[in-house]
Amino acid sequence: MKTENASSREAYLHDLRGYQTGLLLAVLLTVVPFGLVAWGGLSYVTAMSVVAVLAIVQIVVHVRYFLHVDLSPERRDDLHLILFSALLLAIMVAGSIWILVNLQTRMMMPM
Amino acid sequence: MTTEVLKPSRGYALIAENDVHHHDHGEKALSGFWLFMMSDLIIFGLFFATYLTTLNKMAIAGGPTPHDLFELKGAAMETAFLLASSFTFGLSSLAMKYDLGTSKVVGWLVVTLLLGAGFLFFEVSEFSRMFAEGAVPQRSGFLSAFFGLVPLHGAHVTAGCLWLIVMLVQIRVFGLTDAVKSRLMRLALFWHFLDVIWIGIFSAVYLAGVAQ
Amino acid sequence: MTLTDWNPILGRLTLQSLDPLKAVFDPTVNNFIASGAADAVVVGALLGVVLMTKYRLWKPLWNNWLTTVDHKRIGVMYIVLALVMLVRGVVEAVLMRAQQADGLHGGFLSADHFAQLFSTHGTIMIFFMAMPFLTGLINIVVPLQIGARDVSFPMLNSVSLGLTVAGAALVMISLVLGDFSTGGWTGYPPYTEAAFQPGVGPDYWIWSLGIAGLGSTLTGLNFIVTIYKERAPGMKFMHMPMFTWTALCTAILLVFAMPPLTVCAVMLALDRYAGFHFFTNALGGNMMNFANMLWLFGHPEVYILILPAFGVFSEIVSTFSGKRIYGYASLVLATMCIAVLSFTVWLHHFFTMGQDADVNAAFGIATMLIGIPTGVKIFDWLATIYRGRLQFTVPMVYMLSFMMLFVIGGLTGIILANPTVDFQVHNTLFLVAHFHNMLIPGLLFGMLAGYNYWFPKVFGFRLNEKWGHVSAYSWTIGFVLAFFPLYAVGLMGMTRRTVSYTNPAFQPWFQIALAGGFFVLFALFSMGMQLYVSIRDRDLLEAGADDPWNARTLEWATPSPVPAYNFAIVPTVDSRDAYAMAKASGAAYMSPARFNNIHLPGKTSLGVVTAVGGTALGFGLVWHMWWLAILSLVLVVAAFLARTFTEDEGVTIPSGIARRDFDAWMKRIRPEGWSDDTAPEMPGLETAQPMEHAE
Repeated sequence: MKTENASSREAYLHDLRGYQTGLLLAVLLTVVPFGLVAWGGLSYVTAMSVVAVLAIVQIVVHVRYFLHVDLSPERRDDLHLILFSALLLAIMVAGSIWILVNLQTRMMMPM
Repeated sequence: MTTEVLKPSRGYALIAENDVHHHDHGEKALSGFWLFMMSDLIIFGLFFATYLTTLNKMAIAGGPTPHDLFELKGAAMETAFLLASSFTFGLSSLAMKYDLGTSKVVGWLVVTLLLGAGFLFFEVSEFSRMFAEGAVPQRSGFLSAFFGLVPLHGAHVTAGCLWLIVMLVQIRVFGLTDAVKSRLMRLALFWHFLDVIWIGIFSAVYLAGVAQ
Repeated sequence: MTLTDWNPILGRLTLQSLDPLKAVFDPTVNNFIASGAADAVVVGALLGVVLMTKYRLWKPLWNNWLTTVDHKRIGVMYIVLALVMLVRGVVEAVLMRAQQADGLHGGFLSADHFAQLFSTHGTIMIFFMAMPFLTGLINIVVPLQIGARDVSFPMLNSVSLGLTVAGAALVMISLVLGDFSTGGWTGYPPYTEAAFQPGVGPDYWIWSLGIAGLGSTLTGLNFIVTIYKERAPGMKFMHMPMFTWTALCTAILLVFAMPPLTVCAVMLALDRYAGFHFFTNALGGNMMNFANMLWLFGHPEVYILILPAFGVFSEIVSTFSGKRIYGYASLVLATMCIAVLSFTVWLHHFFTMGQDADVNAAFGIATMLIGIPTGVKIFDWLATIYRGRLQFTVPMVYMLSFMMLFVIGGLTGIILANPTVDFQVHNTLFLVAHFHNMLIPGLLFGMLAGYNYWFPKVFGFRLNEKWGHVSAYSWTIGFVLAFFPLYAVGLMGMTRRTVSYTNPAFQPWFQIALAGGFFVLFALFSMGMQLYVSIRDRDLLEAGADDPWNARTLEWATPSPVPAYNFAIVPTVDSRDAYAMAKASGAAYMSPARFNNIHLPGKTSLGVVTAVGGTALGFGLVWHMWWLAILSLVLVVAAFLARTFTEDEGVTIPSGIARRDFDAWMKRIRPEGWSDDTAPEMPGLETAQPMEHAE
């Protein structure tokens, strides 16, 4: 009984560490972009590129540590679903922006 | 080319002892909920796309610009509250998974609820400040897109809070039964998912707006 | 809309909104038709109520149908809805053909009425005919084909039906109260904005689509999980019948393609109700984003509609050629390719909107690419027919006429995929001819073939062949006559959605098209006759209904009509075409050693609550009766909440009943002189798969 408790305790601590790691990384990945923008020393394009990259990293962190989707075989279906959704999302969002920005530059030059 | 060998097949067999392969309902419900969230993700994605295509002179239509409207402090507070609530929900899930007692599960859920309410409070006060400045959705295409996207997330958080309250009642009525646990697991997914969406919002809306 | 027109109780509903009275206020041919249609809906509904009461059918209707969670009955209800809406859609179509046949310098319909007709025709045919029809077939067939007892979420299934019915009910109500949108089924703003259409029309459009769209999303979700998790033991993905594959891909498309429709409908609603500027002309609205998002939904939607029909045809061609389907793996791959590619071509619906040639070229190429997997399918079906032992049954007639007509439609699609050509014919009747050429032979023939094919499984008797053939040939002839002339007038420059014209050269073509319309009406009449004759002669048609076509997949490994629990014993599958294999090996006629009790989910009234509440919600929103909208929303939410506080006990079917049904079924289907003891272990594999070596 005792060993079972101990292993369960260990598993609990392991899981808890997962959440703590996630929180720590998320805080870091939030503070840095906010700090960058508040400081304002970078050009708009550079700052936004950094913000975008950090946002994507943070999304991965959330998915890994809070939603618990990783590369393990048990979570493969969920991972496939997320990747497939991300593909469609990218097609739709990037496509929409491409089309609409193109239309705007061609048809709706500022008055 | 190798020759294909025909595998003899009976087609099917009828054996009464075949009820081995059954997925339990909780697992199915979780899969279904993932699908629902991904469908919702597309909804958010299109509101994002719409918002991003309104960051121009035509869509701002002479009204206030993102740079005029957004401030980092409010966004940072909202981010902090939501991230903290995601973490506390995680603690509640852990307490449930390792049977650390109903009071711990409930306790962290209540903290989560308060943090969620805090987030909503900051969001609403930010909107009312914008309204007072004349930045209403009817002002421009850009503001319409903003008030389509960000309150959509807020509405999701509100729904999450209401769901949380219902779950607190259910824990009270039924205790932590399998059905209640399965619902809590889905709510946890939902809650973490909303935090993921918020990453997109603070980056693409607030940081991009202030940096401009 | 001024505030004085608004009444806190009735919203903006007034006496003038009552369509049955239109002809009284202003008696013209146009208004007599409008009022006649309204009266038909009211009389039809009243007649239904009277008949139901007279034959005391309310209780059975409630117990056996409205509250059921049985996927087969839910499927039947979807198809009944689809057939009712089909009748309305066809009548509207023939009315439009009649108007245009008479349309040189005028015609008998007002421009507004004509615009409502093409708007409701499109909306109904896509959302309330095609979608319920394919959802119904998927509901009936998929759980049976994968050897499951039900879908993963039976209650949700009933709720999805309720949402679909609510959407359809709103469109029907629009015939009686107020006008429908005149903005076409695509509802493009700014024309559908409050500035141009302040009335209720676009609101009917928004809420009927919004509510039904939610139901479709949930159906998609339900069937993805069902196909992933409920397959019979041993059934691998590559053992699944083609119809199940196409259902899976359609379900995935539903989950990911309905959101854009929801988004653009919600944004349009915000514009109309709250003065937002998503798509308005003024203050930075961008109506081009609406077109963009609508087609982000709209193009995958085309494949949502057509993939299940491809699945039906795959089953039919294999069964009636007496062979395994040729190139199974390539068909699966083609289906998946189509599903993904369908998300990359949406811009071809608005090549002429003004983006530059690079953008158009990219989407033009993607559009042509999607023709490849579709072509693969055609060749696979042809190869299946090749040297098969064909039976010219009704479904097979649909299949063959589909193959010929669909290829023609596909070729015109490849023509339209070229942006430079599209610039010449866009928004003409050429386009109308093209997409009807895809959807009538592609989708509708597939659905009707499926209806004829699976009818005996559901009801336990076959449909009359003679009237079935009459109907199938009439549909084919009617389609050709009604739409091929439109290619011609389209090329001559006749724009779509035009009530009248001044070029006399158009008129003969429209008169031919009207003749086609009459053939289609006759086809519809023949379908009614077929049903009537079949029910009358059902005793004769019951013979062999368990497996009338010597079919190959698991849905036929059940008695007809299928019992509520589907399979007395859930089969353990080890191959594709499992039933054909089992019949050949004798496994299909074996009795299991033991029967277990079967547990099934219990009834639910949530579907009805959703249907009624959803209709009331939509109605309240359309007519600005805020109290009704809020009340119905609160009641629906409360009903769902209450449901989570109760436990579904379900029903248990004793093993004795399962055994009794099973034995009765076996008695019907076993070959003469069969006995379990003398059953050969593994006979006749060669006859089960004659073309295996060629593959």
